[in-house]
Amino acid sequence: MTAALRFDPIRLPPECEQLRKEVRAFLAEEIAAGTFDPHKPNREDTDAPEFSRRVGAKGWLGMTWPKKYGGQERSFLERYVVTEEMRVANAPTRRFFVADRQSGPVLLKYAPEHIKMEILPRICRGEICFAIGMSEPNSGSDLFAAKTRATKTDGGYLINGTKIWTSSAHIADYMIAIFRTSPPTKENRRHGLTQFLVKMKQPGIKVNPIGQITGQYEFNEVVFTDYFIPDDYVLGEVDGAWKQATSELAYERSGPERFLETYYVLTELVRAVGPNPDTRSAEGIGRLVAQLHTMRRMSVSVAGMLQAGKEPVVEASIVKDIGTVWEQQLPHRVRDLAAFVEETATNRETLERQLDFAIKTAPKLTIQGGTTEVLRGIIARGLGLR
Amino acid sequence: MAESDNIVVETAEKIFADLADPQTINNDKKDAWQAPLWQALTEAGLPLSWVPDDLGGSGASLADGFALLNAAGRFAVAVPLAETMLAGWLLAQAKIASPDGEMTVVPASPKDRITLNADGSLSGRARGIPFAKAAKHFAVLAHGTGGVSIALVDAAKARIEAGLNVGYDHSDTVTLDNVQPVTLKPAPKGFDQTTMMLMGGVARSLQIAGALESMLDISVRYSNERVAFEKKISKFQAVQHNLARLAGESAAALAAATSAADAIANAKSFDDEVYLEAASAKIRCAEAAEKGGGIAHQVHGAIGFTMEHILHRYSLRALAWRDDFGSESHWAVELGKLVANRGADELWPLVASR
Repeated sequence: MTAALRFDPIRLPPECEQLRKEVRAFLAEEIAAGTFDPHKPNREDTDAPEFSRRVGAKGWLGMTWPKKYGGQERSFLERYVVTEEMRVANAPTRRFFVADRQSGPVLLKYAPEHIKMEILPRICRGEICFAIGMSEPNSGSDLFAAKTRATKTDGGYLINGTKIWTSSAHIADYMIAIFRTSPPTKENRRHGLTQFLVKMKQPGIKVNPIGQITGQYEFNEVVFTDYFIPDDYVLGEVDGAWKQATSELAYERSGPERFLETYYVLTELVRAVGPNPDTRSAEGIGRLVAQLHTMRRMSVSVAGMLQAGKEPVVEASIVKDIGTVWEQQLPHRVRDLAAFVEETATNRETLERQLDFAIKTAPKLTIQGGTTEVLRGIIARGLGLR
Repeated sequence: MAESDNIVVETAEKIFADLADPQTINNDKKDAWQAPLWQALTEAGLPLSWVPDDLGGSGASLADGFALLNAAGRFAVAVPLAETMLAGWLLAQAKIASPDGEMTVVPASPKDRITLNADGSLSGRARGIPFAKAAKHFAVLAHGTGGVSIALVDAAKARIEAGLNVGYDHSDTVTLDNVQPVTLKPAPKGFDQTTMMLMGGVARSLQIAGALESMLDISVRYSNERVAFEKKISKFQAVQHNLARLAGESAAALAAATSAADAIANAKSFDDEVYLEAASAKIRCAEAAEKGGGIAHQVHGAIGFTMEHILHRYSLRALAWRDDFGSESHWAVELGKLVANRGADELWPLVASR
């Protein structure tokens, strides 16, 4: 027995390559039609409802889910291809990405049948947007310190408290959130939280946008005041959310979005240095490409494990740790390498504008969706250190 | 890596466990363990794994041989197993039968070049040849006016200046001065020195990944034994996070190396995709050797800095292996040129093709 983990060299099957062609053709059409500009990651069109519907119409949302809920029963590897092509093209995925990756699978596992029948097909059609209500003003990485209360009342629960840093809450139709239904016990401080489906845009919920250092308003404060949630919106076991959170993490943490967020600056650097780079640029690009290729091979390997029904939580944490640190450093490395790019490079302005945005984006990458410190704690547990 | 599922690797692991226990061989100042180990490996047909039966080898698949190299890296044994395997593989490309005994490959750097003279003799100087001193024969790749040839050369006919690499293994300078080879044949079409360097680089990548696996194991074990400030050092968050990073580097090295090995084992030719895989493996594994090895030493403190402790057997060899068959800097420049030459919009299609 050794502590080392396996990342078997999974290859994407032929059907993925056909699908990749279809996705690329679709995105090229969207770009040509002016839906989005792939060279502008910092645009304000991230909420693109019509684009979302067209992606849904292609059958690329909820594509691994059962057909009776609107899914396509395709593989995680096929979903992987769609995700990475969308990300690399800088497509406006904000409206559907969370629902497709995370919220849908939670509903599939824990929601009552009639809720699944009502909501999942709408996710697949690209009609609705989800947010995730985890962090609170005094509980971020320490998820189980959440205090927002869900008090039992006739036919449901009354919610009072505040969620914060909630991405897309301002456009979301639903949120999947954890609320406190009981105090923690002495034996288990994680006890007492319950996962709920929350219908947004209702009285009792106030969404206050928060400005980010990028200049964007993507995350929010969400204040609940006597907000009513019916009993059938409880997801899974009352007081038992802690048992449900872990298996999702492998999906959330190992995807291509965990190392491709700032990828565009690498493409633009290659364009700027041209076909005959000097030694310094060539070496810098070579190393970055080698690192990128390695992470992608690890990430595809995890997708293969998910497809095989495994729960590679530690492997996924490694992918996110290495991937997010890399995508965080990438704009700075590209800036270094671009320092001697000719003033006459035709895309110089594009690269500079992109770097400006990527450098401002970078700090969040090792925080969102599980900080580096939390991930390393999970890996350490996997190594038997805690 | 989990228990092997492969008979070649199982055989090798059993031999290593019996005859190359790290602590035992580390205590053996005269290296008396090497001869019995080599004999056992030879009897099992492992050094000529990649040589087909009709050329005197045991005819294992490329994939099995790669897995064997990964296992050899986990034991970091100082015998020319990888070198003899590569030499046998190179000779087999030109249908040259492999002789018995230790072999190595010449050259072992993309910068060095052996020339095939008009009279059929070979000349040139090649630095950093692993285990040249121990080898009975060299498998040589040479350039002549008619193209690339592959030759079997009697090591006794070469001038060898002995040297040691960072890991205390022989890394010698070989000079051929109008040496007549035992056998010489043209290399197959499309086979060149770059092909040989990529293959050697993937072999070294697998060995580095194996050494990192062992470094992770012994570091985790040590952190669970060593007590400081009245608790096991594995309970300190700073140590845990360092070990988590080491696990990440080990995983990245293994993923890059096994992916490249899989790519070569299934490749019809050494195209851009295989080039990306093999060059990336060498670059990423070399980076991991530095970062991961550094953490393993940090966790061990002073004891890991002693000759008595086994850690250096892995950490220094992993660092030394970076230099063979093209350093990470070499491959990064070459890969960077390839990417730039293909153009910005062809980068993603290349990455996604794997």
